[in-house]
This record gives sequence, C-alpha cells and structure tokens, in this order.
Amino acid sequence: MYVAVKGGERAIRNAHAWLAEERRGDPDIPELTIPQIRAQMALAVNRVMAEGSLHDPDLAALAIKQARGDLIEAIFLIRAYRTTLPRFGTSTPVDTADMAVSRRISATFKDAPGGQILGPTFDYTHRLLDFSLMANGDPPAAPKASADPQPVPHILSFLDTDGLIEPAPHSDATPRDLTREPLELPADRALRLQALTRADEGFLLGLAYSTQRGYGRNHAFVGELRIGTVCVEMEIPELGFAVDIGEIELTECETVNQFTGSKTEPAQFTRGYGLTFGQTERKAISMALVDRALRWRELGEDDQGAPAQDEEFVLSHCDNIQATGFLEHIKLPHYVDFQAELELIRRLRAAASEDAE
Amino acid sequence: MDLLERRNWMGLLARANPERLGDLLGDLPEHSFARAPEIGTVMVQGRTGGTGAPFNIGEITVTRCTLRLASGTIGHSCVQGRNKTHATCAAIVDALMQDTPARFMERILTPLANDASQSASLRHAKAEATKVEFFTLVRGED
Repeated sequence: MYVAVKGGERAIRNAHAWLAEERRGDPDIPELTIPQIRAQMALAVNRVMAEGSLHDPDLAALAIKQARGDLIEAIFLIRAYRTTLPRFGTSTPVDTADMAVSRRISATFKDAPGGQILGPTFDYTHRLLDFSLMANGDPPAAPKASADPQPVPHILSFLDTDGLIEPAPHSDATPRDLTREPLELPADRALRLQALTRADEGFLLGLAYSTQRGYGRNHAFVGELRIGTVCVEMEIPELGFAVDIGEIELTECETVNQFTGSKTEPAQFTRGYGLTFGQTERKAISMALVDRALRWRELGEDDQGAPAQDEEFVLSHCDNIQATGFLEHIKLPHYVDFQAELELIRRLRAAASEDAE
Repeated sequence: MDLLERRNWMGLLARANPERLGDLLGDLPEHSFARAPEIGTVMVQGRTGGTGAPFNIGEITVTRCTLRLASGTIGHSCVQGRNKTHATCAAIVDALMQDTPARFMERILTPLANDASQSASLRHAKAEATKVEFFTLVRGED
C-alpha cells in the first residue's frame, strides 16, 4: 500500500536554505573559487572525474564545492549532469604509447628505455605534516633539466617481443557500453574494464588488497605505471577524417602476473590492466589487480571462491552511486512498511502469550 | 606537424587555450551559424593492455559548431569543454584558414603552436629533472 503524506515542504525548503548557509561557512573567511578547487584540490577533482565518468575539471570542481567536499555526492552530481547532455560520438581509442608523460616508473625493469621518471609524486615523502602550508608562501620553483624528448615505449612490449608475456592483440571490436545498456553477466573484459574504471576507489582498493593477501592471489608486479596527457581524436562525419578534439590526463597501470602455460604451450607471464582519468594511480593499480583476478576463467585458473574473482559480486557492487542510492534510501520514510512489521510482531507476541496461558 | 593540413590546424585550435585564441583572433569577422554552438559529450575509448580491444573509459564534454563566413566558406569545430566562444572562434579560424591560409597561419596558428610546444617542453623539463639516475655502490666482497 502506498500512502502519500504531505507536509514536509516548509521543512525541506528551510533545510536546504540552512545547507546553503553551512556550505558557505563563516562569511568572514573568503569563499573558495572554482579555479582554486580545480588547481589546488586537483586529485579530488580527478577522482570525481574518474568515478563520475565525465572528464571536465571545472564541472568536477563545481560539484566538489556544491557537495561541501563530499566526493561521492559530487560524483552523483556529475553523473546526473552527464545524463542531460547529448552524445556526439565516440573517440578513436587513445594511444597511451604516445603519452606525454609526467610520471613513468617500472617496478620490474630498472633500466627501462626512456628511464624512470618520478613526476610529482607523494612517494618518498616522509608523510609528516608540513606546517609551512599553514602559512602563506610560494613554494620554490620545480627544477628543470634539459634533454631532448625520448620515446617512452610501453615496457611490457619488450617482454612481448620475446614472447614472455601474453600478447594484447589489436582489435577494432565495438565494446559494449554500460551507460547505454544495463549490465548483463557474464561480462566480457571490455565491459568489466569500463565498470572498473568508474568504480569506487575504496572498494577497488579493498578488493585489490584482498588479492595480495591471498584471496585470489595472482602475484602482480607493476610492470609500468605512467601518468601523462594524450590527445583525444574523433572522426568528424561532415569532414570524413579524424581530428583532435582535446587533450586529457590519464593514468595507466600494466601489471605482470604469474604464468599460464601447459605441456604444449610454453609458460608466459599474464597481464592486468588499469586505465583511469586524471592522476589517479592508486585507482589504476587497484583496477589492474582486480582486472587480473577476474580473468581466472579465461586463463584456466582455479575458482578459489575469492570475492575479487567473483564477477557478479565485483561488478554489481563497485559503483558507488548505485551503492549509495540504495543504501541511503533506507533513511527516507518507510512508515507504511514499518507499520506492517509492527502489526506482525504484535500478532506474533499475542499468539505466543495465548499459547502460554 | 604540417599546420597547413586541415586536421592538424583543427586539432591545434581544439587544444588551444580559449582566451588566448580569442585574443589572437580579435574582432570576429561576420559569420552565420549553420549549427549554433552546442554542448555535448564524446565517449573516450582506451585499449585493453594499451594495444588490444577497445573499451569505454568515460566521456569528455565537448562543444561543436558549424558556421559560414561572408565569403561563403564553411568552418567546423569540435572542442573539448563547454566554452561556446572557443567553439565559435575555432570554427571561424577553420574557415579563414581555408580562404587565406598564409595570413592566418602567421597571425594565429604559429603563436598557438609555439604556446603548445613551450608548455610541452616545460613539462618535459620538469619530468626530466625527476628522472632517476641509478648508480651501483661498489661492495667490498670481491
């Protein structure tokens, strides 16, 4: 039974007015601007773009401001906005080998051609609070070194040349699209990668960690982690050729994992893959580990019953907007449902006390 | 990159800083819209393992526009972001480049290309400064 109850309008209106006031905070403190959030909270902006599945730093910064820094709420705003826009088309697949890298490291090859480039990383910091950031002051300029740009080929391509790792053969198959059709299982790898790249970072981190601790272990090395910008190119129908329509920052992680092989096939390393919007390396590494764990069937491995191997479990629970929508709805009025439960428990108790008499 | 090739100049205009493009173009020449600037998205694809089968990463916002100059030449643009002025300026320069390439090459595209290569070399120089130079310590065992 559904009973409409009215009477909350004034309370809701006033709650929203108070929310707006709280969002602004103390009026004696200068208000945050969108460019400030975009520039100085860049990693939060990147996370909102990755999980909001829409690359637009200004909109992500606006969403963070509107959501008072609640990133899942901000991601929700971005997902909602995205649905209002027409889609003009699909890019040609980005070429990550041609990335202008700001960071590129390998945990497997010390002397990788192109070198190990640390970039603007938190690694090797001491994780001590820097109280100088509480005072105003500009940091010293980052040092520069001159050298001609060198190509930075994918490190795994060297293993590939020797046949030591499974190939990632080129294909132009049109991938299924989660934003256009509901998730159907079993999913192929392309659909899983789309779900993982927009998945909740915390959920993926937990699952990836579980594989390292033995729940679907696949012993991953980070073969290569790279962050940088790539051009986005799209075929323009009116012109009949493809043009660059912009440039975005991506994080790519390729893992080298333990072997497949048989009596007839020589042993080969296997791969996991992560590719995410922005500088989001924890997410990209997690994605690669979970991608690899989900490939157990294809690689002829045992189902250990581990959560990270369970495609239905992972794909049905990795989206934080679906999750928070269902979770948070239980705080909304359920008066009638609960009334039914109350009636039931009273009847049960009455029946029990009659029996006792 | 040969900027006299249309796909290259269109790419440079799409990646340009909108304010800088507006400044270089100055007053907009007379034009009429065949398709007024419109905001939408493009789904960006990557490849599994960097080289394999395509998959969808997520969308980017874009603005596209088609217009006609007084000369009758038609200009197109599709640029990242939601800036309608950027899309308009890019389509105007696309049309101008078809009419008199030499003039607008020098006035608009060369400065934009210089901006792009400057910011690329700045990033490269900073990245280069964080490149690890391994050395091995001599150990006293043998």
